[in-house]
Amino acid sequence: MAVYNRDEFLNKLAAKLGRPRRTEGVVRPVWRVNPQYEVFKGMDQEELVDIFANQCEAIHTDFVRTDVAHLKNVLVDVIKSYGGESIILPKDPRNEIYGLPDCFNELQQDTNIHVWDYTIGKENEKIAERANIGITFSDITLAETATVTLFHNKHHGRSISLMPKNYIAIIPKSTLVPRMTQAAAIIHEKIEKGELVASCVSFISGPSNSADIEMNLIVGVHGPVKATYILVDE
Amino acid sequence: MSLKLEDIPFEEGVQKGIENDFMRQAVSGAQGRFRAGRLKQAQELGNWEDWRKLGEEIRTHTVNHIDFYLHQLSEQVEKRGGHVYFAETAEEANSYIKQVIQTKNAKKIVKSKSMVTEEIGLNDALAETGTEVVESDLGEWILQLEGDHPSHIVTPALHKNKEQIRKTFAQKRGYTGSSEPEELAAFARKQLRSDFLQADVGITGCNFAIAESGTITLVTNEGNADMVWTVPDTLITVMGMERIVPTWEEMEVLVGLLTRSAVGQKLTSYITAYTGCREEDEIDGPNDYHLVIVDNGRSNALGTEFQAALHCIRCGSCINVCPVYRHIGGHAYNSVYPGPIGAVLTPVLDGYDDHKDLPYASSLCGACTEACPVRIPLHEMLVLHRQKIVENGDTPFAEKMMMKGVGMWGGSPFVYKMSTKLAHSALKPWTKDETIENGPGPLKAWTAVRNLAAPPKQSFRSWFENRKKDGEN
Repeated sequence: MAVYNRDEFLNKLAAKLGRPRRTEGVVRPVWRVNPQYEVFKGMDQEELVDIFANQCEAIHTDFVRTDVAHLKNVLVDVIKSYGGESIILPKDPRNEIYGLPDCFNELQQDTNIHVWDYTIGKENEKIAERANIGITFSDITLAETATVTLFHNKHHGRSISLMPKNYIAIIPKSTLVPRMTQAAAIIHEKIEKGELVASCVSFISGPSNSADIEMNLIVGVHGPVKATYILVDE
Repeated sequence: MSLKLEDIPFEEGVQKGIENDFMRQAVSGAQGRFRAGRLKQAQELGNWEDWRKLGEEIRTHTVNHIDFYLHQLSEQVEKRGGHVYFAETAEEANSYIKQVIQTKNAKKIVKSKSMVTEEIGLNDALAETGTEVVESDLGEWILQLEGDHPSHIVTPALHKNKEQIRKTFAQKRGYTGSSEPEELAAFARKQLRSDFLQADVGITGCNFAIAESGTITLVTNEGNADMVWTVPDTLITVMGMERIVPTWEEMEVLVGLLTRSAVGQKLTSYITAYTGCREEDEIDGPNDYHLVIVDNGRSNALGTEFQAALHCIRCGSCINVCPVYRHIGGHAYNSVYPGPIGAVLTPVLDGYDDHKDLPYASSLCGACTEACPVRIPLHEMLVLHRQKIVENGDTPFAEKMMMKGVGMWGGSPFVYKMSTKLAHSALKPWTKDETIENGPGPLKAWTAVRNLAAPPKQSFRSWFENRKKDGEN
């Protein structure tokens, strides 16, 4: 690890700014206006669920609401609607808590289920690339934009939500916050306390898309072509 | 390194743009949709002016302390296993990147859309290494196959129609399908997926670097940047030095301003925040990470009246409201950065020599300034550029001739008086619907770049004299 040409480069910038270079002591000011904290202020979880559900439509994502007891049936239905075949998911304690292994027992015998296993290395990525469906839990969910936030780690590869044709996010209702403002504040506080942020934090709002050809919206480009968000009442 | 795309005079580029009917129609349609999308999002938020003020305040503070925040960023990236290279010039940046690629003995590189790599001419530099470089943004990939340049900073292939794209895919990649956008995109997905999986090195740009954690935030809809940052073991990020924010909290505010202003979306499908190398036992993501921070003329703006040009978050909303861009399109600017921000930024980065026409490619209507989510006074900066160009005695030829001709004519009371009397009938051959589009003599230079209202039958002076004689009230 190395840093090249830093002093020369930054000294020049300070000189252009007409002052000595600063490497410490700059304090981020309190901004004079802060409209970001006013959005959906005081709303309860039910109101946020409504906003979330409406926004799902805008981002071409199917929205399903259920509770823990019925999650199994809902998930089986969604998986079948995507044609089953092969599924990849992270190694996540929530898999058991929410009864995913039970759900997979309901599927056809020939459905391939792969739980991310870092001990087999790059093979995980190859399996993800071939998989028909990726399933993850959302860590923080943003109501305003219908966004799931994923903190990736050695048990949760980035490929799972990115490479398969279809993506299913399971969203515990308690993870809902108004907007990205709250997610950013949570991450910022952790950094202030000296925690390391995950090497990859994804904010995903629906399937991949593009308007690069004559401004026509095409849903499904490099990432998933279809997405379903399942909100689970706890 | 010049930011010029082609070695042609400004007028020639403008003429090409004006004659390209498909492009003009596409641009005007896109402008309408982008503008409507932005206004709808602004209205939904309600207090848009407060958001703009917040954006401006964040950008002003950050750029005022850019040395501090870049220092912090580089410390954090290093802590997370990355290398940081500060490049004063395009050449320095390209030669560092080339060196990394050669050390890795890379065969294939995948890139996600990045304006700064267009600016420094990275692809040309990489061609010298013999490594295959694949652009992975759909629009950029289309342009790369054609050997063309982006004409818009958000939708680079705006000037291409689907039939042209079909032909290109057929000629270059053996595509046999229709010109339906879905089918074209599905073909691109398949082709590019295999490129992603084979790539040894990935190269990305940077929407916002977060100083407090050494994080790079990338904003896309296609998910291509995520593929670039997931598969290859070696990753290089190239960022313009000003693309930085203090913490995640400012990143969040600016990302929301960017996606709303750029494409009228609350957020794009993918906002991904990457920090350094993959952790131990993580499988995807790079294990060798390089951040290249580029000045390339940006520091010319620091401490000057153009400093706020560095506040730009590259949303393109100024481009989407500009009446001049609407008519001449992106390529006419003959710069990597088109539209009002391009006309402001290009001469700052690259000097006036090659770009002294750009500040005149504006009607100074101020729509750009009003649209800018971080309140950069764009049209005021264009006036300032013009002032400097005139003070340098370096007025563009057309402007000089126009002003000279009009000056001589208006400067002599006799000539002026005679001409205003005779003007209406004298100019009749050049007048159409009370407008002169291609005038003679001193008007030629003027009407080459703008129309002139035809003179009325009676001049003001003669009307005034007659009025006195007749004793009218």
